[in-house]
Formats: sequence, structure tokens, C-alpha cells
Amino acid sequence: MRRTALILAPWVLMVMIWYAVALSGLVNASLMPTPHQVAARFWELANGGRLPRDIWMSTQRVFLGVALGIALAVPVGFLLGWYQGLRSFVDPVINFFRALPPIALIPLVVVYFGIGEPAKVIILFYASFFAGVIVMYEGIAQISPIFVRVARTLGASDLEIFRKVIVPLTVPHILTALRVALGVAWATLVASELIAAQQGLGALIQNAGSFFQLDIIYVGIICIGFIALSMDLALRAASRRLVAWQDRIGS
Amino acid sequence: MSAPACETPRIVFYRVSVEFDTAHGPLRVVEDVSFSVRDREFVAIIGPSGCGKTTMMNIVAGFVQPTGGSVTLDGRPVGGPGPERGVIFQEYGVFPWLTVEQNIAFGLNLAANRLPAAEKAQIVQRYMGLMGLGDFAKAYPKHLSGGMRQRLAIARAYAVKPQFLLMDEPFGALDAQTRSNMQDLLLEVLAAEGKTVMLITHSVEEAIYLSSKIIVVTARPSRIREVIDVPFAYPRDEGLHERAEFGELRSHIRDLVMKEYAAQQRQTARNLE
Ligand SMILES: Nc1ncnc2c1ncn2[C@@H]1O[C@H](COP(=O)(O)OP(=O)(O)OP(=O)(O)O)[C@@H](O)[C@H]1O
Ligand SMILES: [Mg+2]
Repeated sequence: MRRTALILAPWVLMVMIWYAVALSGLVNASLMPTPHQVAARFWELANGGRLPRDIWMSTQRVFLGVALGIALAVPVGFLLGWYQGLRSFVDPVINFFRALPPIALIPLVVVYFGIGEPAKVIILFYASFFAGVIVMYEGIAQISPIFVRVARTLGASDLEIFRKVIVPLTVPHILTALRVALGVAWATLVASELIAAQQGLGALIQNAGSFFQLDIIYVGIICIGFIALSMDLALRAASRRLVAWQDRIGS
Repeated sequence: MSAPACETPRIVFYRVSVEFDTAHGPLRVVEDVSFSVRDREFVAIIGPSGCGKTTMMNIVAGFVQPTGGSVTLDGRPVGGPGPERGVIFQEYGVFPWLTVEQNIAFGLNLAANRLPAAEKAQIVQRYMGLMGLGDFAKAYPKHLSGGMRQRLAIARAYAVKPQFLLMDEPFGALDAQTRSNMQDLLLEVLAAEGKTVMLITHSVEEAIYLSSKIIVVTARPSRIREVIDVPFAYPRDEGLHERAEFGELRSHIRDLVMKEYAAQQRQTARNLE
């Protein structure tokens, strides 16, 4: 009861501040829709409007981009973390590419991949891979060599060490990489949907922008926030079960 | 444990030295150390912190190569680590992702130590009970105290019944009572299974109570200061602590050890300047 109240409190506060700003007259009313106007628009778009399709398209792109990005980030991050020697060469390269904002790459992606679905997924893949690979290798590099030593003195073969020691120690880092990549992918979504998208939450926001439909922009932004939040909560709950042995669930 | 003198020793250190490359240049940690350990002998190594004791043990365990001299195991140079040499590490190394019983069973589940399931379960139960971990069978190490983790590491090493036990301050985190129980338990295990043991300890009393030979090593780099034969027969019991010879031996060793600890402290102070 108390907990629920505490969880709800900041949200209620935000809505109140929103109302206060919208109704105070400080901002021109046409520039600032009130929460109930946005809610009404949401209802309209969700029932028979374009919103379900937009959410479906965006979620699909994010899932695909993250799945591909993490599928590559796990082995690459693992190798870099495990063979520290490799890292000193590859580290600068990774940081170089990670520093590039995905939005800056859009013109190039359009040139090479056109304006279809692959172009959007590639942007998300790029963002997820570089976010994920860094989490992976930082995590793997921190694994203490003592566990491998202990396993060896108990008679473990290389294969057994991999299956029974390295894999369990890697799982938490994969989960953290997944969480970080999902967050980054949602944050990059609007940019990826700048590429001539007709559908998707990013497209919804951009179309609304060109018609000055501020309430729809708010609907789009709030949807992205809530979907990203619920995915993060779901992943966190999964982590808590999968790696119950950990002192803290990765940040 | 009183093996005939002609018997070939199982572990032989011959003029061993170890030097590490560090950021501040080479660091000599072990210098010209020679000694041997016979079958079923119990050797304790005692010396100041940072002098090179763990390094010596790591050579026998198969993790460190001597830079000079040789260490042989049953006449052959030590290769990599293996299950016939059980190691209890100074930092325990309990597996955080496994429960207490899974930790103890880890070695028993490896291809190298294949056992029938019933026997496996029995060994796990036995050591969990002996180590006082029975109520924590399903707990993860994050819920255990430091002393309990140390006992878990000991149980895991005992469970695979290694011929050699290499123990690096195995009872350091335990309270006096538990420590004394663990010492007696070790003696029981040794009497029943007959192992060759190297024990690193900072406790002179522990060294005398448990071992048949004590090697006092100097401040870094470790050289052998003195090798002392402990004249008491096994089985031993707590009453040993009250014997006059025990007291004499203790003061003799304590003197040696104190001097080396002081030397190490002066060395550390110099390095800090
Ligand atoms: N792999 C390594 N590389 C460089 N230096 C090392 C390495 N291993 C140990 N040393 C250094 O060698 C010295 C001896 O270390 P060692 O762990 O053998 O000491 P110790 O006698 O076991 O000490 P303690 O009683 O505190 O456990 C220390 O100064 C340590 O910093
Ligand atoms: Mg040590």
C-alpha cells in the first residue's frame, strides 16, 4: 500500500506540474496541451487509430536491432574481456565508433542500404552493438581468475571450465548488456525512423511535428517512455530470477 | 607418518627461485629454497606477510613456474594443476553462482572424479555436516559469513579426496573455537585418508599442533631460515598444547618468526619512503 503510493507519487507530481504549467498561462495554450487532452488523443489513436500499428512496427524494429546487436556483442565483448591483450588494440576502435551519434550515420546508411526496413534496423543494430559490447567486455574483464583456478585444481577440463564456470559468470553481463542495449535502442528509435518511415512511433512524432499536432507528439513520446520502461522492468524481473545468486542485480 | 628415510620424497624443491616482472622492475620473491616433503608428511610454512609463501604453494599447485631451480612431484616436474592436488586458496574462491551443496559437489560432478550419484550425495552430506553448513545447503554464498565461506572452500577441496592438500591460511577467518574444531577435523581426515600436506599459516601454535615439519622462511625474498622437526607423534589431541615441550618449541619458533616479521616491516617501511 505504502509502496504503491511511493511508486505513484512522482508520476502524480509530474502530471500536477504539467497541469500547473499548462493552466498558468505562462505558455501559450496552443503550445502546451493539457494531460487530459493528450489522454483523449491517446484514446482516439489507440482505438481504431494508427497507434497499435505504430507501436508494433517500432517494437519490432527495436527487437530486431537489439537481437542482432547483442548476438554480435556477446561473443565480441567476451573475447575482448577474456583476452586482455586484444583489448588494447581494439578498445580505441570501439570507442571511436561508439562516439559517433547514430543520427550522423543516417545519410550514409541511406546511400548504402536504401530507405527500407534494413536501413532502420541497421541503425538500431549499430547503437545496440556498441552499447552492448562495452558492457560485456567491462563485465568479463572483471571476472576474478580465482574461479577458473579453483575449477582447475578440482580437475575441470577446458570444456568443463567453459560450461560450468565461464558461462554462469557471463550470464549476468549478457542480461545487463541486453538492458543497456534496449535502452539505447529505444532512445535511437526516432532517429532511425527519420529515414522515410511511414509507420512507427518515431514516424508518428515526426508527422505530427510537421502538422504542429503537439498532443500527438506527446502521445508518441509518452508511449516510447512507457514501453521502454516496461521492457526494462520485465528484464530486471527476469534477471532477478536468473541470477538470484548475485549480490546486486547489475545496474 | 614416520616414513623410513630411504623413501623417495613426493614433493621436492631444489634451489628454487622466483622473480616477478613488475612495473617497478623485477621483484625477487623466492630465493634458493630447497626442501622436500615425504609421503604423508605434514609440512607447515610460516613467515611474514608478503614474503612469498603463496607463491611457493602456487608452484606446487601448478600456477607459477619457478624462474630458477626445479620443483618435482613424484620425481616429475610439476605440470599444470590437477585434482590429485587439492588447493584451499587464501581468498577461498567459493563459486557465488552455486549453492552450498552445489559448491561441495562441483568437483564430484567433473569427468575427472566420476562417482555414482548415491556416493556423491553421501559425500556432500557428510562434509556439509562436518563443516556445520547443514542448515545452509540451499543458500548462496552471498548469505554466508566469511568463516562459513572458508569452511565451504575446505569442504569442496576435501570432497574430491586429493592425495595432496595445499592449504593457504585455511583457518584464518575462523573464531578460536571453530578453528580448533577444523584443526581436529583435518587431523581426522588425514588419519583416515592419509594425505601429504603443505600448510601456510601465521599461527605458530597451529603449525606445531598440526605438522610434522615446520619451515620458517625469511622476509622477502623467502629463503629458508630454519627447518624444525616437530617431535610429537600422531594422533594428537588438544592436551598437546599443555606440554612443556610444546611451550619450548613455541617460544623458539616465535623468536625466529618475530625477527623475520620485523625485518619484513623494515623492508616495507623502506619501500614506502
Ligand atoms: N603474479 C605476480 N606478479 C607480480 N608480483 C607478484 C605476483 N604474485 C605475487 N607477487 C608479489 O610477490 C610477493 C609475495 O607474494 P605472496 O602472495 O607469495 O606472499 P605471501 O607470503 O603469501 O603473503 P601473505 O602472508 O600476505 O599471504 C608480494 O610482494 C606480491 O605482491
Ligand atoms: Mg599468501
